[in-house]
Amino acid sequence: MRWVFVAWLLMAGPVFAVLPAEMLPDPVMEARARAISQELRCLVCRNESIDDSDAGLAHDLRVLLRERLLAGDTDAAAVAFIVDRYGEFVLLRPTTAGGNLLLWLAGPLMVLGGGVVAVAMVRRRSRDAEAEALSVEDQARLAELLQK
Amino acid sequence: MIVELGHFAVILAFCVAVVQMTLPMIGAQRRDGALMALAGPAATAQFLLIAVAFGALTYAFVTDDFSLRLVVNNSNTLQPMLYKVAGVWGNHEGSLLLWVLDLSFFGACAHWFGGNLPAALKARVLAVQAAIGVAFLAFMLLTSNPFWRLDSPPMNGQDMNPLLQDPGLAFHPPFLYLGYVGLSMAFSFAVAALIEGRVDAAWGRWVRPWTLLAWVFLTIGIAMGSWWAYYELGWGGFWFWDPVENASFMPWLIATALLHSAIVVEKREALKAWTILLAILAFGFSLIGTFIVRSGVITSVHSFANDPERGVFILLILAVFMGGALTLFAARAGALEAKGVFAMVSRESALVANNLLLTVAAFVVFVGTIWPLVAEIVMGRALSVGAPFFDAAFTPFMAALAVILPIGAVMPWKRADLAKSARAFRAAAVLAVALGLLIYAVQTGRSALGPVGVMLAVWVVLGAGLDLLNCTGRGDFSTRTARLRRLPRGDWGKAVAHGGFGILIFGVAAMSTWVTEDIRVVQKGGSYDLGPYQVQLVAVTEVQGPNYTARRAEMRVTRGGAQIATMYPEKRAYPVAGMATTEAAIRQSVAGDLYLVIGDPQDGGGWAVRSYIKPFADWLWGGALLMALGGMLSLSDRRYRIAAAATRRRRMAVAAE
Repeated sequence: MRWVFVAWLLMAGPVFAVLPAEMLPDPVMEARARAISQELRCLVCRNESIDDSDAGLAHDLRVLLRERLLAGDTDAAAVAFIVDRYGEFVLLRPTTAGGNLLLWLAGPLMVLGGGVVAVAMVRRRSRDAEAEALSVEDQARLAELLQK
Repeated sequence: MIVELGHFAVILAFCVAVVQMTLPMIGAQRRDGALMALAGPAATAQFLLIAVAFGALTYAFVTDDFSLRLVVNNSNTLQPMLYKVAGVWGNHEGSLLLWVLDLSFFGACAHWFGGNLPAALKARVLAVQAAIGVAFLAFMLLTSNPFWRLDSPPMNGQDMNPLLQDPGLAFHPPFLYLGYVGLSMAFSFAVAALIEGRVDAAWGRWVRPWTLLAWVFLTIGIAMGSWWAYYELGWGGFWFWDPVENASFMPWLIATALLHSAIVVEKREALKAWTILLAILAFGFSLIGTFIVRSGVITSVHSFANDPERGVFILLILAVFMGGALTLFAARAGALEAKGVFAMVSRESALVANNLLLTVAAFVVFVGTIWPLVAEIVMGRALSVGAPFFDAAFTPFMAALAVILPIGAVMPWKRADLAKSARAFRAAAVLAVALGLLIYAVQTGRSALGPVGVMLAVWVVLGAGLDLLNCTGRGDFSTRTARLRRLPRGDWGKAVAHGGFGILIFGVAAMSTWVTEDIRVVQKGGSYDLGPYQVQLVAVTEVQGPNYTARRAEMRVTRGGAQIATMYPEKRAYPVAGMATTEAAIRQSVAGDLYLVIGDPQDGGGWAVRSYIKPFADWLWGGALLMALGGMLSLSDRRYRIAAAATRRRRMAVAAE
């Protein structure tokens, strides 16, 4: 069985997402890289960020990202650099450009719309509730009874 | 032979389901008692037949029958028995068989425990339930038959996906499916009620336990899946907003809303149409989830186009059932007259707010999940919607829910005084905000997530406690504690489930915010600091498992010189499947988990090692389990049974006259 294990070790490649060798010596710089790479998709994986993925491509992207940061790019510039090459598919946080605005506004719009409908519904019900409530005379009578 | 019996049983079950779908429905329309009475025995027969089929497939897996295509693709002689059995449902065809087994089980339960249901309602419910069964049995027989034989069986199988060879995941699908499919009961009741044109408090009382049961299973299933991801995927993430996860989360959110609105139907006979709609949607999202998982459409539009048969079939089922139910709803919802009136400030409107937030949250998850598909088809853009979007777009609704929960939960029905209801919570609110601010002040980063999470968690947990206390009324301490013990289980269930939600919020916030991570190369014998601990890599050995080989590290953890633990993270290789898995070593404690992962040998010697301290990690799953426990407590409430007994007495009295 040993040879299988060794063979597997040879073909398995990197196991970790972020490898020790990739990491930048400057912790601030590295933290920036980590934060950005959590928002970039590993293109060959299923819904994994390059920070979590152990695929070879994710490794290449992590190294590329760190190179850009070392070259003095801002976070936005480094991301733009990668989007230019790989398309917006690489962004795990979709932009708000064009039709995507609808995606971002879907929740707020629905809560507003649903809220208006719900309030109108409850108001209609509560008007019925008022009609059902005690009249002034009934209340006076109730107070009288309670005092006895 | 046994396998053929199983195959035959499925075909028979399909025939029985066709009968159960049609005759009782006709009987209910014509008030024909004999036809209606057919539904019950048919439901039992259908369940028994599918159970036989499931048993046959299990037998094939257990005895390594490699003449079965499914067994070849998903099992191996070396696989431990547990995973041979789990292999039955660890694949598309087998999981579908489990799906219909659960479906027929719930149908049979409606017969077994539905003695107090009016005959026509019961016949219609079982007929609708059978209609779903017909659709899925046909799907199984036509596109995904688990009993497919091979002409020339191989000597051995190809092993189950190693990632699934894990106790946590072995039992994750059964729970999840019981939850998914349990929602079919609410759906069947909703459609039956629409056909009858009548929804009343009794309907609410019948639907609630089924929804609650499904919800409990779904909660446990999702928690197990998340727990599995946490320890198996090797870096301690617990939720990925993967389409498959979202598929189980959307029905959960809608079911939670349904659970709460059904209370309003039962107690106040209001929100009827809305509750019916939720019951339809809850199961609709279950079907959508099944479609997403089974068709692969979200992973890639192209994989769907390559093998469209299954996807199109499920889409068809979805269209027929959702289209049919929603059309029926549109036609009949107006006829459901609402009785209970309530004021703007009342328990009812608090539950309306709860429903609004939960439904919108589910909608956000839904839109985010299908957006890549929409964008590609409509806009021609290939884009991704990942965790950062969901974190930003989903979380605010849950936060809002946590804010209104404690006060909404104690508001009186019909008409409430907000100031009066809130008075008891003043101290809790002050405490929650103070703790949040304190944590904001002492934490090193300037992240708001942690403090806000703690604030909401304290608020919700204290609120749950105050809710219980509130139920004990007035009096001195001893009378109130005595009353506390005698409170109905339903009250306890509510408080426990709400408290669990608060604890879950805390776990998520703490684990996401204050995690300590360390990635480095460690030489054999070398040690490093991790938070307050020192970790030493003592040895790395090779270990032989039943169907895998593993590289196992021995890591000694000390704190201030005193040894705390020796941990053994592994990396396993499954030669048959050609895959590797990481087995993190996790030392759990109430304050947090120590999480160690061993990686590959490095070029310059030594091993890559990943370590984490995950503060309060177990609180997350503890909270989820508390929520499930709360559901079970409510289910065991005597009031459900008393209500059932009361109706039975009434009917017997009528019969005696």
